[in-house]
Amino acid sequence: MYVAVKGGERAIENAHAWLAEERRGSKEVSELSLAQIREQLSLAVNRVMAEGSLYDPDLAALAIKQSRGDLIEAIFLIRAYRTTLPRFGCSKPVETGKMACDRRISATFKDAPGGQVLGPTFDYTHRLLDFKLAADGEVPEAAVAEPRREATPHITEFLQGEDIIEREPFSDAEPGDLTREPMSFPAGRAVRLQSLARGDEGFILGMAYSTQRGYARNHAFVGELRIGCVPVEMEIPELGFAIEIGEVELTECETVNQFKGSKTVPPQFTRGYGLVFGQSERKSIAMALVDRALRWEELGEDNVGAAAQDEEFVLSHADNIQATGFLEHIKLPHYVDFQSELELVRKLRREAEELAQTLAAREAAE
Amino acid sequence: MSDYNFAYLDEQTKRMIRRAILKGLAVPGYQVPFASREMPMPYGWGTGGVQVSAATLTPDDTLKVIDQGADDTTNAVSIRKFFEKTAGVSTTEVTEKASVIQTRHRIPEAALSEDQILVYQVPIPEPLRFLEPRETETRKMHALQEYGLMHVKLYEDISQHGAIATAYAYPVKVEGRYVMDPSPIPKFDNPKMEMAAIQLFGAGREQRIYALPPYTKVVSLDFEDYPFEASKADHPCDLCGAEDSYLDEVILDDAGSRMFVCSDTDYCRSRRDAGHIGRMGELAA
Repeated sequence: MYVAVKGGERAIENAHAWLAEERRGSKEVSELSLAQIREQLSLAVNRVMAEGSLYDPDLAALAIKQSRGDLIEAIFLIRAYRTTLPRFGCSKPVETGKMACDRRISATFKDAPGGQVLGPTFDYTHRLLDFKLAADGEVPEAAVAEPRREATPHITEFLQGEDIIEREPFSDAEPGDLTREPMSFPAGRAVRLQSLARGDEGFILGMAYSTQRGYARNHAFVGELRIGCVPVEMEIPELGFAIEIGEVELTECETVNQFKGSKTVPPQFTRGYGLVFGQSERKSIAMALVDRALRWEELGEDNVGAAAQDEEFVLSHADNIQATGFLEHIKLPHYVDFQSELELVRKLRREAEELAQTLAAREAAE
Repeated sequence: MSDYNFAYLDEQTKRMIRRAILKGLAVPGYQVPFASREMPMPYGWGTGGVQVSAATLTPDDTLKVIDQGADDTTNAVSIRKFFEKTAGVSTTEVTEKASVIQTRHRIPEAALSEDQILVYQVPIPEPLRFLEPRETETRKMHALQEYGLMHVKLYEDISQHGAIATAYAYPVKVEGRYVMDPSPIPKFDNPKMEMAAIQLFGAGREQRIYALPPYTKVVSLDFEDYPFEASKADHPCDLCGAEDSYLDEVILDDAGSRMFVCSDTDYCRSRRDAGHIGRMGELAA
C-alpha cells in the first residue's frame, strides 16, 4: 500500500546536521577562525559587506564561514540580519575628497596633486601560482612611506575648474532608499546607484562589459580610482553637532566619458560614478560604466535599445539575492501545477489523435 | 525566541504591510506595492506569504501551512516551524481549526468560513507579465483596463490547440475590474475563489500585495463558445475514494503504474477517518 511521504521535519533536521558536518570538513584540519577569514580573505569579506549592504567585517566573516564560502549565500545571511536592525538615522554624506587613500590612480593624467599611488593591487602581479604559498605564507614587511597629510583632491575637480566636465547638481534632498520603499520606475539616479552598489558584481560586470563592446558604447576613461578610509559622521540632535561614529573603507571610481554635446549643452565630458564598500575595484568601475549608460535620457543621448541603457531591466535583475531565490525556487515541489499541465497535454494529444483518426476515416471512405 | 519581535517582523514593518493589505482589500485585485523585507528564507520560498502572515497573525491565532495542498511538504514544515518559533502560535493540520492558512499552489478542498484568512504565496503577481515584461507598461494597462492582449493570448491558444492551454495560474477578473493572477493554483481551484474567507496574496520579491474580500466576484477569463472548465485527473482518490478533490499522480514502480491521491492531505485524512476507502486504501486505524 502506498503511504504518503511523511517525516519532512526529520528530513530537514537531518539535512541540517549533515550540512553542518560538511561545513566543518575534516576534523583533522584545524577550524577556520573569523579573524583568519577577515584578515586573509578580506576581498571576499568586502564583497559580502558591499552586496549585503552592511559594513561589518566580523559579521561578514561569520557569514562566509557559515555559508561554506558561498558568497551569495553569505550576502543573503547578512541581508536577512540587516533587515532586523533598527535604523537610528542617516549619516552625513561621506567626504571621499578627504579619504586617507591606500590606492589612488588616474588613467587620464600622468600625474596630479596627490600622485599616482598603486597601493595593494593585483594589477602588475604575474598570475603565476605561488607554490611557496602552499607551504609558507609568511611575507617580508612591505616598505612604508610617510602618509600624506593634506587631502587628495578629486581629479574631476581639475576638469571642473576648466568647466569642461558636467557639473553635478548640488542637492540636499534625502535620497530614496530601496530597502524602505518599493522600487518604482523611473527610479532616479540616487536609487539607481544604491541598487548598483548592492547589485551582483558579476551582473554589473557583464552589463558594463556589454557597453564596452558596443551595446550603448560610451568610452569611459577612469578619471580616478581611489581606495581608502573615510570617517562617517552623524548629526546627533541632542548635541546639535555632528560627531564621528566610525570609519569605513570605500572604493570610489569616477569615469570621464566622451560627450558630443546636444542642442542645449555644449560639448563637454560627462561622468559615471561608482562607490562600493571595501576594496572592490572591479565592482566600482563596472558600476560607474553602468551608471553612465543609464544616464542616456538625462544627457539627451539616443536609446539604442541596449540592455545597459534599460533602467527597469538592469535594476530589476541586479540583485543576486532576489535572482538566486527565484531561480532556485524551481527546485521546490511543483507537482500540483505539473499535474495540471500533464492533464492538459494528455487531453490535447487525445483530441489531436481523434481528429487525425476522423480525417483518416473520412479519406478512406471517399 | 526572544531576540525577535512577535512573528519576527518589527511592528513598524507590520504596520506598513497591514496598510498595504487594507488598501488591497479596498481595491480588490489591485497590486499594491510594498517595501518587502529580506526574510530569513530565500525569495521564492514564500517570503511574500510569510510577511503577510506575520502581519496578520495575533497570539490567539491557529496557523495551518500547506504546500501543494499538503501539510507535510518540506517547505510547509519549514514555514510552520518558523512561526512556531517566532510567534509561538498554535498550529494545526485541520483546515476547519485554522484561523490563518498560508498556502502555496492550492486552495483547501473544504469550504472556508468567514472567520478564516487564506494567505497565498505568489511568485509573479502580474498576470500580464509574460505578455509584457515591463512593469511600467503593465501598470498602465491595468489603469486603462487594457486587457485585450490577454484575450488575444487566450484566443491564440484556442486557434493553435483547440483549447485554452493554461492549466494553472489561470487569470481571473475581479469584480469586473482588475485582471488578477490567482497565484499558481491549478485552474481546478479557481471557482473556489468566490469564498467566505478573506484571501490575501503576498509576493515578496516582486514587492506586491493584493487581496480579495469575502464573497468577491472572481471570474475566470474565457469565451462564450469556449467556457472555462475546472479540470482534474479523471479518477477517484485511490486512498479515500473522493471524486471531487484535486489529485496528485504518483508513480509506483518501474513499470510505470500509477495511483492518484488527494493533494489536500487533510481532506483525504478526514475522509478516511469518516470511513471512506479508495481502491488502494485501508481503513484508518
